[in-house]
This record gives sequence, C-alpha cells and structure tokens, in this order.
Amino acid sequence: MTRDNSYQAVMARKNEIMKSSMGIDYDVYRQGELAFDYERMMSDCGFSLDDIIKIQAETKVGNTPIFELRNLTEAVRKISAPGKGARIFLKDEAANASGSFKARRASISAYVAAKKGYKGVIAATSGNYGAAVASQAAQRGLKCIIVQEVFDSHGIGQPEIVEKGRKCEAFGAEVIKLSVGPELFYYLLLTLEETGFFNASLYTPFGIKGVESLGNEIAHQVKAIAGRFPDAIVVTHAGGGNLTGTARGLIGAGCDAKIVACSVDLNGLHMASDRDFNRKSFTTGHTGFGVPFATWPDRVDVPRNAARSMRYMDEYVLVNQGEVFYITELLAKMEGIERGPAGNTSVTGAVALAREMYRDQIIVVQETEYTGAGKHHNSQLAFARSMGIEVRRGDPTQGVNGKSIVIPETLAQVQGRKQDMEKLRLSYLKNAVKQCPIEKWSNVDFNFVAADIKKDVNWLHKNLESKSLQA
Amino acid sequence: MSEEVKAGTWVEIEKVLLTPQQRAPQVPDDTRATPYVMRVAGFLTSDARVGDEVTVRTLIDRPVSGVLKVIRPHYQHSFGETVEELLTIGLGGRI
Repeated sequence: MTRDNSYQAVMARKNEIMKSSMGIDYDVYRQGELAFDYERMMSDCGFSLDDIIKIQAETKVGNTPIFELRNLTEAVRKISAPGKGARIFLKDEAANASGSFKARRASISAYVAAKKGYKGVIAATSGNYGAAVASQAAQRGLKCIIVQEVFDSHGIGQPEIVEKGRKCEAFGAEVIKLSVGPELFYYLLLTLEETGFFNASLYTPFGIKGVESLGNEIAHQVKAIAGRFPDAIVVTHAGGGNLTGTARGLIGAGCDAKIVACSVDLNGLHMASDRDFNRKSFTTGHTGFGVPFATWPDRVDVPRNAARSMRYMDEYVLVNQGEVFYITELLAKMEGIERGPAGNTSVTGAVALAREMYRDQIIVVQETEYTGAGKHHNSQLAFARSMGIEVRRGDPTQGVNGKSIVIPETLAQVQGRKQDMEKLRLSYLKNAVKQCPIEKWSNVDFNFVAADIKKDVNWLHKNLESKSLQA
Repeated sequence: MSEEVKAGTWVEIEKVLLTPQQRAPQVPDDTRATPYVMRVAGFLTSDARVGDEVTVRTLIDRPVSGVLKVIRPHYQHSFGETVEELLTIGLGGRI
C-alpha cells in the first residue's frame, strides 16, 4: 500500500512521525491547556552538566577560548561619555568542531541517536546547525541528512547558505536542497518517515542542554580573568535556543548577568517570500525568527519547544545590516580576527550597550562563527549589489531592508535600538489567548505563562484585562 | 542529443515535490506561483543523458530519483567582487 504523501496528509501524520523519530513522549509533561512541566522535561533527558561536558569533549566541542577585545573597548571609550565604556569580552565559539556554537546543540542529539541505535540523524536547517549535525554525526558513525532551503525560483542560492550546504557535504552528509517555502518541514517529515532516522531538532531538550555548557564556561572564564562574573551577556538571537541554553548555564553557575538578545532588523522582508529570499543579507540571527519565536516558542518541529527565550531575556536590541557589516570589518582591522557576520550581530549589540555601561563593568559577546567564501561580509554585500540592492556608507538608520544597506561612516553611528520588552510580552500574551481563550485557563496555565515571560501572575491579570488583548 | 553520462558519475538531479496547487496554504502569493523544488547530488546508478529520469545514490548511499540536470556539480561561491566601501573601515585605527 502506498502512503498518501500530499502536504496535508503528511502534516496530519506529524505527531506519530515525531514520536518515533525522537523517542520523547511530550504528552506526559502536559499540565493544562497551555501549561507543561518545562523543568521536568529538561531534567528528564537525563544529562547533568558534567555529563554534557564529557560528551562534548569526545567530539571536539566546548572549552573554547574567551578573549578581551582591548582595542575595540578602547575605541568604544573614545566615543562614550566620561567613565563609560564597559570591557568587551568575546567567547570564540568558532573554535568548535564545525565552526560555531551549534556544535554544542548538535552534540547531545548525535550522542543520543547513536546510543538509542538509530542509523542516522536528520535536521532541517539552512544554518550553521546543519554543519554541526553533520560534523557530530561523522564522529559518531551516523548517517546524516540535512534538509536545507537554498535557492529561489530562479535557482539562485544565497552565498552564505550555499557555503553552509558545502560544509555539510564536506562532512559526508546528504544535502537536500530546496526552493523557498515553509514546506521544508513537510519534506523533513517525509524523510524521517522514509529513513527511520533520528530527528536532531534544534528545539528538543538535548539541543538546549548542550548550550548550557556555554553559559557555564563564560561565567567561570570571566571570573578567572577578571575576578568576578560579567555584568551582561549579549546573545545573537533567532530561534531562542542560544539564549535559553546560555542563560540556563549562567544561572547554574550562580551568575546573574543581564541577558541581552540581539537580532538583525529585517522588518519589511517576508521570510517565506520567493522574492525577498535573496534580498536579505542575513540568513539567521534576524528578527524574522527572533521576534516570532520569542513571542510564541511553540511554532517549531517538536510539540513543545525547549527554547523559551522570554523566560530569560532582560533586554532585546536590534541592529541593522549595515551596522553589523561595519563591525565585522572593524573586528578584522582592529582585533586581528575574521569571523562570520551573522555571529557578529552580538558584537554589534555589545558595542552599542558598552557605551552606556561603566568602565569597570564587563559585557560578553557569547559567540562567534567561522567565515570563508560565501559566508563573509564582502560576499554578502557583493551579492546584495548583484540583486539590485544599493550599498553605501552613511547613516545606517537610512537603510531600507530589501532596497539598501547603509554602512556606518563612524563607530559612533553604531547605536542599535532597544526593543520595548513589555510590548514583546504583550505580543506573547496575544498569541497565548489566540491559542486558547482565557476562560479555559486554569491556575497552572496562568503560572506557566507568567514564568514563560519572566513576570508574575499579578502582571498577567492586569494586562489580560487590557482591551488590546480582547480578540 | 546530449552526451551520455556514465553510471557512477557525480551528478545533480532535480524533482518537483509540490506543484503550485499543492503548496502549503500559508505561503505568500509570489512563492505560491512557483513549484516546490528539490535538488540533490549523488552518484548516477545507470548510464543516462541530461533530462532523463534517473536515480542517484547520495553520499549516505540513499537512492533518490529525479531529472538529471548537472554533470559533476561544483561550488562556485566566492568572496564576491570587492566592495570598496568596506576597505577604508578601521584603517590606521580610524573609527
């Protein structure tokens, strides 16, 4: 008998496919209409921090260096008010096996897949995560399929994505290259069903647990160098796993640094648009993922998302494409290191924030990524130009996404823009109400939602009464 | 007629997974106007010509079928044409 492989039929089989491809029964964590036992789900995966560190050490993950960016710090102090200009540190995650922090995220999934006897792993991603899964699978003797959104209807591939696909193949993975569209998930399901491989989703507890070691390392490394914990951590934010895992690791180490999310502002560009696909110069770390995933995490390929960024986020800063390209170039000229532009999103945010902080304070950029042909700010800008986008120097706030990229003329023009956290929380509430009307919420739901946006139940009641939330 | 490609050659195939009518309901209009297409590289399992319906075995030895499009596909991405606007940033400690 042949299975019905239409879009609708495959999506309808989602739950059973997910269950058999991960071995996690999410139903047991359900507590209410919206609520589930997040902490139990995280601890049930059965790995202590020491286990994670040991597993990661087996496959060239973790224990990456941390550097103080002395020259950049001095430069920021020159443009700051007297007494301002925090010390900027950078955690060089490009030193992980596949060239980014994503190796941490893939490491536990690959370990679990091998241990449970799966023949291979699959991940749907256009990003560094594909390379990470492929690299970890290669080391664990697993087959690997990466399902990747690569080209538009003219067959043109974003250079950064093309490079990441190449890297996956370099590690021996099969790379399924797809045109633009959310049906990536449909094809992931089909392939999981056909192969019986493990779903190395970004959003399982394994994926997030793997990043906790990063937060832990940052806390201890900064303390060893500076004699105390850092004051703020800037995280390049997209799906929320980087922020969630890092924050949990920091908290576990006893560090209460402020957690700042930072994304590239891509407002105005549609993420599923064939036309817009090649008119954005960032393929991750941008608002197209960052905002929707923060304000409703359960929109992913697993029933309950272990990446819940609003639980931990204290601030959210947006930077624009031109600002990140400027900082990427400055990092090379001033600090003598070339790193990929997407990872440098948080360096840009750190520059903006350090100006407001005192000189004796410490701000940490918590990741970098590898760079090379395709995955380089010059490639991105040259490609943008070939797609008809204007590239010039000037006031970066004048850039219009999809039409122009304006690279700052001076460091002082790198300012970033803080987002209104209350607005983001209200947006989460709206999504929650859309998911389930308030009349059906029980106490456990109220408590869950409050914790999920780092607020108390009183705040929740006050805001749920406001008119803007009534459907 | 195009040249015959020998079995075992590294090739790229293409397959339409969903026609515009079969696409997901939430896709925007410009995307809906196009089919959902897959490309995969692998070793050709039998002699064929460009445009033929073929099967390849991928790097993990999985058989995948589609239309033969490219013989010995390779990567051409680069650092791109020089973007002069970047060159002067940070020179001589300039900020």
